[in-house]
Amino acid sequence: MSPEKNNDDDAAPGGALKEAESRLHYAVRELSQASWVITLLSVLVALVVGALLILATNPQVQGTLGYFFAQPGDFFLTSFEVIRDAYSALFRGAVYDWQAATPERSIRPITETLVNAVPLILAGLGIAIGFRSGMLNIGGQGQIILGATCAAFIGYAFQLPVGAHLLLALVGGALGGAIWGGIAGVLKAKTGANEVIVTIMLNNIALYLIAWLLRQQWFVQTGSNQPIAAPVDESARLFGILGTGFRLHAGIFLAIAATVFVWWLLERSTLGFEFRAIGENPEAARTAGVNVPKATALVLIIGGALCGLGGAAHLLGTEYRLAAGIAGTLGFDAITVALLGRSKPLGTFLAGVLFGGLRAGGVLMQAQTGTPIDIVLVLQSVIVLLIAAPPLVRAIFFLPHPDGSSRSSRRRRLREQQAAETASQPAPRQEVTK
Amino acid sequence: MKLQLKGVTKRFGTFTANDRIDLTVQPGEIHALLGENGAGKSTLMNTIYGLHSPNEGEILLDDRRVSFDGPGDAVEAGIGMVHQHFMLIPVFSVTESVMLGYEPTKSAGMIDFAEARRRVQEISARFGFDVDPDAKIEDLPVGAQQRVEIIKALSRDARVLILDEPTAVLTPQETDELIGIMRQLKEAGTSIVFITHKLREVRAIADKITVIRRGKIVGEALPDSTETQLASVMVGREVNLTTQKDPADPGDVGFSVEGLTVVSGSGKVVLDDVSLEIARGEILCVAGVDGNGQSELAEAILGLRSAVAGTITLDGTNLRRMSVKERLNAGIGFVPEDRSTDGVIPAFSITENFVLDQYDQQPYSNGIAMRPTVMREAAVEQTSRFDVRLGNVDDPISTLSGGNQQKVVLAREMSRDIRLFLASQPTRGLDVGSIEFVHRTIIEERDKGTPCLIVSTELDEVSNLADRIAVMYRGVVVGIVPGHTNRDVLGLMMAGVPVKEAYAQAQDHHTILGEADEEAQA
Repeated sequence: MSPEKNNDDDAAPGGALKEAESRLHYAVRELSQASWVITLLSVLVALVVGALLILATNPQVQGTLGYFFAQPGDFFLTSFEVIRDAYSALFRGAVYDWQAATPERSIRPITETLVNAVPLILAGLGIAIGFRSGMLNIGGQGQIILGATCAAFIGYAFQLPVGAHLLLALVGGALGGAIWGGIAGVLKAKTGANEVIVTIMLNNIALYLIAWLLRQQWFVQTGSNQPIAAPVDESARLFGILGTGFRLHAGIFLAIAATVFVWWLLERSTLGFEFRAIGENPEAARTAGVNVPKATALVLIIGGALCGLGGAAHLLGTEYRLAAGIAGTLGFDAITVALLGRSKPLGTFLAGVLFGGLRAGGVLMQAQTGTPIDIVLVLQSVIVLLIAAPPLVRAIFFLPHPDGSSRSSRRRRLREQQAAETASQPAPRQEVTK
Repeated sequence: MKLQLKGVTKRFGTFTANDRIDLTVQPGEIHALLGENGAGKSTLMNTIYGLHSPNEGEILLDDRRVSFDGPGDAVEAGIGMVHQHFMLIPVFSVTESVMLGYEPTKSAGMIDFAEARRRVQEISARFGFDVDPDAKIEDLPVGAQQRVEIIKALSRDARVLILDEPTAVLTPQETDELIGIMRQLKEAGTSIVFITHKLREVRAIADKITVIRRGKIVGEALPDSTETQLASVMVGREVNLTTQKDPADPGDVGFSVEGLTVVSGSGKVVLDDVSLEIARGEILCVAGVDGNGQSELAEAILGLRSAVAGTITLDGTNLRRMSVKERLNAGIGFVPEDRSTDGVIPAFSITENFVLDQYDQQPYSNGIAMRPTVMREAAVEQTSRFDVRLGNVDDPISTLSGGNQQKVVLAREMSRDIRLFLASQPTRGLDVGSIEFVHRTIIEERDKGTPCLIVSTELDEVSNLADRIAVMYRGVVVGIVPGHTNRDVLGLMMAGVPVKEAYAQAQDHHTILGEADEEAQA
């Protein structure tokens, strides 16, 4: 980006907003170019930071500090044991539990990880498409809610044969998300409305829409006043693939298929070429004959569809009943997942699995060692924060700067900091009070 | 004032922009600093003006060592600078612009407008500048705006004046006036450092010429050196300044524009009833000072701007209602004015940039899926045909130099069967070697029978390429003249003088550069 360009933006009306926006885009692009080594190191540093926090809050460790100077060995030994126990519980909860009673229970954690990962991967891919196309889709939350809502309604309100019912529910979910994303997309394409603001607003609208729907008897079909919808029919559920005792459902195939599809879309299709072109340089794309408004709208429609599919898979595979908190913090975690995955399909898939694992493992860690599950949130945040600041990671590990120059490093760091702030803002816990 | 640089070195990271520069500018000397784009001229001047601090070396003014923390210090010490892009506020009056930052005050901190106005008048009278102190900057022609910048520098007692590419935005006649002003300033004892890459100006104006290449001083020359000599020193090898071409063999009309009118977003008419015809196998150059509607003409032809009236006809089809993509597919090969924003996507690979406007066409895709192997093979073949110096076609295009990027753009546009070649400033920012190549390629395209429309603000380029020249002024085509029309006539037309009058006036009055031209030819 040339400095002249920035000056032009300054001079234009609403320059400050545009400037901030272009910086965000720049930051997202920078993030997506950070090397995978940085990603790995970031995870490592996050684990260290997490360990320090575990120590700081652990009563046993605090106890040994009382007589630290008399017997420092105790402190180190206890610390080691506490961290080992906590992280081994995290691992056993997320991947493989060697202490479990039966072999089935031993492998259950990894399946739980995948269960958590399914909606994260699907929604993360939706967000990643936006990032690659220069659009910051903050509306994952709203799109997930709409997807889950449509899928749920189709799931219990219609009576259809087994395969068709599930298919229709999934398509309906994707359509719900696509419409929600499409509103922002069409507004941006037609009027230039800033997609960040529109998608954030649409999140709120979705939240209140679902709260209202859950109070309508025609919608919930439960005959009760509880703001919770009827469970979806057996025929519309994503079937389990490992039998009883496991929650893992066919949604994982959906996630894998979506990952391959998004890769094909971005790297091999003409539409993806247009997406990436408008993301990198909309002027050049326009000059090359790309219909920029159309592509802009399609980015958010397809991104919204994937988020909607994520919501649908979450509902049809895990929750089965629609409630106001159906999306949890999925929409915001999906942004983090896309960032961590550097907006690449495979990266997003792996990041989704990692976050799913942290979530699954966090439960066991809390249950077995009393370490608060909030540590998981800290780990997630630190990872993203560090990925957003490659120079910091390089400084920690004494790695050389890739282009060997310190040129504009301060400015770049500033920009990255901003991106990190947006990305690592704790997901606002929006809940509709009755 | 005498300005002296001793061993000035400026590094950006590992890149050395200025390498041990020694330079002496005597009082009352016009010293030209000649070099290609990116040679380090501007960095050096910014160092003198206090915008950069040198890593090594020293700057001396009248044999006294100085160091500047910012332009404020430099101005204080008597250095003035006129940037290539003027630093003026359009809605300010001349007086306000001149005093900005150095406002004379009365008691109680009130601005003394009368004093400021008097100062502007005094300076402009002293040098015969003919600038109205109450005129608004936006109403002034570019030449007058430049004079305001010079007054600004002089009002701060500049005794060394740095002019960064001062003629880039001027018509030949305005350039002439500028040369007059520079000579007057020189008489008054002001030293002038004059940065340029235009050879003919250097020869006409400078007392002394320093040539800079890749951050180093590679030679000094006197103004009586020939242009070819200067160019060779500047580029570092023998160069041909004029491209050999056979006379055009125009066929029937391939492309025409009829009554094209374009209104800008702010409601200003930027193209006013423009009509042009180009025959197959002919190059029509559109000349004019930057900002007179030429860029808009190119954009309107491609469809980036919509026309309110008129027709654009290519091979008998009216393109006006078509989208950009349809026009490209109808056979327009387009080289945009600003390569980095419109021509290429820096983060994309060379291959991807090579198919940038053909990505959804045969053979690169079937409309839905792209064919990476076919794309890559075509990119390898065509980039080598166009002599692009590259490592690997999978590298981002941003790893290439400007000249090589432009060759990729040309390869993209010319490697398919085009019915019209449309280029805006095809050689802007390129080195002399690449310019030669681009010109040769355009002439080859013409010889294949393609109508070529070239928009250029560089008169050298226009006279080198054109079979016919259309001169534009404020959105109107002033006239269309043969390609060999002399510079004085073109210059007058660029200022809006109609063809016949321009010929008559040019008879009576030769510009300094025009005379220099004739001398060189004789």
